[in-house]
This record gives sequence, structure tokens and C-alpha cells, in this order.
Amino acid sequence: MSLHWTQHLILVPVLLPLLVGAVLAPLTQGWHRLKYWLSYASLLGLLATSLALIFMTDGGHWQDGMGIYLAANWSAPFGIALLADRLSALMLLLTAVLGLASLHFTRTRWGRIGVHYHTLFQFLLMGINGAFLTHDLFNLFVFFEVMLAASYGLVLHGYNAERIRASMQYIAINLAAALLFLLGTALIYATTGTLNMADLAARVPLLAGDELALFKVGATVLALAFLTKGAMWPLGFWLPTTYAAASPPVAVMLVLMTKVGAYVILRLWLLIFSDGAGAAAGFGGDALLYGGMATIVFGAAGMLSTDTAGRMAGYGAIVSSGTLLAVIGYGQPALVTAGIYYLVGSTVAVAAFLLLIELIDRIRTPRSAMLALTMEAFAVEDAPDEPTGRGVPAAMAFLSLAFAACALMIAGLPPLSGFVAKFSMFHALLNPQVDGAAASIPASGWTLMVLIIVSGLIAVISMMRFGVRTFWASGATEPPKVHRSEVAPILFLLALSVLMTVQANPLFGYLARASDGIHRPGGYIYRVLDAPTVPGPGSAPGLAPATLSPQEAP
Amino acid sequence: MELVISLAIGIVFGSGIWLILRPRSFQVLAGLMLMSYAVNLFIFVMGRLWVDAPPLTPAGSTPNPALLADPLPQALVLTAIVIGFATTALYLVVMIGSRGLTGTDHVDGKEPEL
Repeated sequence: MSLHWTQHLILVPVLLPLLVGAVLAPLTQGWHRLKYWLSYASLLGLLATSLALIFMTDGGHWQDGMGIYLAANWSAPFGIALLADRLSALMLLLTAVLGLASLHFTRTRWGRIGVHYHTLFQFLLMGINGAFLTHDLFNLFVFFEVMLAASYGLVLHGYNAERIRASMQYIAINLAAALLFLLGTALIYATTGTLNMADLAARVPLLAGDELALFKVGATVLALAFLTKGAMWPLGFWLPTTYAAASPPVAVMLVLMTKVGAYVILRLWLLIFSDGAGAAAGFGGDALLYGGMATIVFGAAGMLSTDTAGRMAGYGAIVSSGTLLAVIGYGQPALVTAGIYYLVGSTVAVAAFLLLIELIDRIRTPRSAMLALTMEAFAVEDAPDEPTGRGVPAAMAFLSLAFAACALMIAGLPPLSGFVAKFSMFHALLNPQVDGAAASIPASGWTLMVLIIVSGLIAVISMMRFGVRTFWASGATEPPKVHRSEVAPILFLLALSVLMTVQANPLFGYLARASDGIHRPGGYIYRVLDAPTVPGPGSAPGLAPATLSPQEAP
Repeated sequence: MELVISLAIGIVFGSGIWLILRPRSFQVLAGLMLMSYAVNLFIFVMGRLWVDAPPLTPAGSTPNPALLADPLPQALVLTAIVIGFATTALYLVVMIGSRGLTGTDHVDGKEPEL
């Protein structure tokens, strides 16, 4: 008796990048072409795996859309359980897609600068994928550290003074956050005696008195670690500097890592502090809501105040992170559905923008950059010798159109995915449901809506200011030298956003089922704790696993 | 024993916090190491304090769980030490790189203007 082969697919997103990364490590830079293609093959494999997982979780292949993999055949509360449901499968797909775009971008330039770029990139993917799949708090810590350690190396990639200064802060912040993670985990273990998330969710309703208070302290300390990663105000101050300093393909992956923090909060909070959690139900929801709102304000103010594109993208990521945290804290299933759509859409948008920035930078000759500054400072009114009668080079047209598309997505204007996300969030906020019946909209709901609209407006203003200065009023520009491998990932991400808009209906159906799954912790707890182990070759021959499972389960 | 160990953890952690708020990168590094020692001690304590309780089951007999110390915190602390050690070493390398590239050990990469 053994597992069905599809069960092993759950482990592939962790193992494949690990193995490929290990194979790439000893290869010298003379093999950089081979390294690139091996890395590419690994990402295509991840893409195929995540698509397969999506079809299996959503296609009724697994009961309740949950595939459970018990590592080393230990039953659930004792061993490490990996679980793929609709949400984690979607996040795996997002990782593979962004990884593919980022890797494609490195082909001509970035991948050749450092020796171990591709190795670190694979380990980063392993950490991110593992964090999406694991359902054990300590294992989550390990995957977080794998992801962070790889990201330290990647942020330093292409080594200059600015990068080293940014990574000093980035590493110090993350080391401190990792210590908080351990403290929180320790407190949670001390009060509940378990680290498995399903087991934890089952035990939380039984807590009372001092134990409950201590557990809440532990959960808060743990949340601080995730919120530092997810850049909630005031813990997200490191983010714009790091994003602006990192090379563009790395910054794309950093955008995704910010979302890992939000993902863990989404998963853990809805599970542990669900309505069925007794005295602990809904703990920290308000803190997430108001913290998220403060983050939106901070990010929007930052967007308005900066004039470098890299920092603007960083603040844009902060705004989207804040929106997401506020949505989680607001506590309404329909809103969470829209929130996940927003997560995917905004990640793709900011990623495309970050890749675009590098190409845009190439059209600004040093003279034009100085000119733009002078125009700003002295309010020069007449445009400097305008080139007349010269056709716009195709690359210029592409850059400006792609920039416009990114601006539309980040600001949330129609017709691209940002608008669909905001519209559906407003729809959910305006039609609050309490136990299936319509309810009135609380003041916090109105505030959140106003903040989302205002932050969108600010995004439009700052993006437009940047666009006008870059594409119209920049004076001496040169047609940029762009390579096909750098244009393709941007086009790919933009096309993806268009696809998300066109196919919004089936996508929302999927997301609603995903959100429904994470809002029903009861079934999840039962499925994980009752997951059957594989009996050994000597034991109980001839018995079907279905009859074995009740005795095998603890 | 509880008082001693909690005071020890508190003092070490507090010193660590003070050090990571200092402007020199070496002090930050020392602070991070102190903090990670305190956290490791804290993880040990989360399995409760025991005296004379073995962490592993003796061979050849049926173990009584009540007589054994909780082995899980020890397994966790081992992982935490390894990871903490590796990331601290990495930070040290970045620190040396920063010192070489900027010529100062200030965390901002430049001396404050007096």
C-alpha cells in the first residue's frame, strides 16, 4: 500500500527548487547559460505542478479540496503536515509566474553578474513555496528563514554601497523579527503544547484564564514577526529603501515575500481565531483593521512624497499590503474573496512596474535627469528644444504604454484588474452580511472605503507626475536599448492582468471557494488530524486504507 | 529557579535590545547575538523547568511520560541555534563588506555630521 502518486505532487514545489539549487551551486560562471536553463526548467516544473494542484484541489480529486501530505509518515499532530488547498495552490501559481517573469528578465544582464544568483533564486523559491504549504508553526519558521537567507544574498546581488547599506538594515530587521517569531512560537507551545496548526485550532477553544492571556501574548508576538514581513505601519519602514536598492528581478520576488506575511496572517488568523474559537474568537481583528488603515495612509503619503520610481513602487506595495491587512481584519468572507483577488492583481502590477523601472531609467540620460530636477526647482515654464517631426521609436511607445497600464492597475482605474479588485471590495463592504442577513455598514467600513479611494487617487497623481516628467517633459532622451528578453516578462505580466480582468468571473468563483475553505476551520481540523498514514509493509495485509484510518488516527 | 532564569533571560534580552539600538554595526551584531541567546533560553523554558528528568526514553522499558522532560523544545532550540548562527554569520559578512566599501562602521554607512 502506498500513496497515490498525485499525493506526492504536494512535496514537489519544495523539493524541486531545493534539488535544482543544489545542482547549480557547484557550477562555475562559465556555465551560466546552462544554469539559466536549468533554473528555467525548474520554474516550468513548478508552474506545471501548481496548475496540477489547482486542478486537483478544485476538481474534486481530493475531499474538501485539501491534499494532505504527512512528512515521513508521522500522523498529524506529531509530524510535519504539508497541506495544499485552493489558496495555497493559487499562491504557488503566483510564485511560479512571478519567478518565471523575474528569471526571464535576468537572462541578458542580471543573472551573469554574480556566481550564485540562480542557486539563491531557487532556494528563495523553495522557502516561499514551503511557507505556503506547511501547516506547522516551527516548520513555517524554518521555511521563513530559508526564504530570508536567500533573499539577503539576492538583495546584495550586484554589490554596491547603496545595496550594502540597505541590506544591513534589511538583515538586522529580519533577524530581530525572526527572534520575535521564535518567542511567539515558544509561548504558543508553552500554553497549548502543540505546534501543528490544525491541532492548535482544535485546542484554542479549550483555553481559559491565564493560559488564554499568555496564548494571546504569544499570538501577538508571532503576528509582529509576520507584520514586519508584511510591512504594516510602523514596522514597514525598511521596505521602500530595500526595494529601491535591490536589482529589479530581485525586487519582484521581494514584492511576493511581503505577501507571504499577509498570507500567513490570513491563514493563521482565520483558523485560530475563528468564530468557533470560544473566548479567543476574533482576537486582534481590530488591530489588523486599524493597523492596515494606518499602513494605507503611510504608503499613500510616501507615494506622494517621493520622486524616485523604485521608492514609489515600494510605497505602492505598502499600500496594497495595508489594504490586504485591513480586509483580513474586517472579518467578512466575501471581502476576503475580493482581498485575495486584490493580492494577486496588485502583486502582478507592482512586479511589472518594478521591471519596467529599469528600462525607463535607460531613457533618461544624465543631462535630462538634471534638467528635470532644475525644472522642478526653478519652475521653468518653457519646454527645452522640443524635437519636432521625429517619430517615436517603438521601444519608447512600448515603455509609455506599459507604464500607463501599470499606473492603471496600481491606482485601480478601469479597465484593468485593479479596478475589478477595488470594485468587488466596495461591493462586499457595501453589502455586509451577518449570518446570511443584510446588516448596516459600520463606520470603519466607510473609513476603509474612503482610504482606498483616496490612496488610489494619490497613486494616480504620483504615477502621472512621474510619467509626465519621464515621457513628455524629459528633454534630451535617447531611444532606450531594450532587449527582447526584458520586454517579454513585462508583456507577460500585463497580459496576465488583462486575462484576470477578462476571466474575472471564473476566477472569483475559484476564490470564493478558496475563501470558503479557509473560513471553515472545523472541516480542516478534522481532515488534517484524521489524515491516514501509510501502513508499513508488514502490518495488516489486505486491509483497505479506508478501514485502517480510524485506528491509525490519534 | 524560575526567578533566576527569568531574570537571566530578561537581562540578556534587555542588553541585546539596548545594543541593537546603537549606531555601530558591531554593537548591533553583538546585540542580535545576545538576543538570540535569550530567545534560545526562553525556548528551553517553554517546556517547563524540570529537575532530574531525562529527555530521552531509556531502552528496554516502557517509558512513563510523566517522568520525562519535554524533548520537543530541545529539538526546536537546536534548529533555532543553527539558523540563528548562520544568519548572524551572514550579517557579519555584510558588516565587513560595508566597512570595506564605505570606510566606516556606522550602520548608515556614513558618519553623522557633528
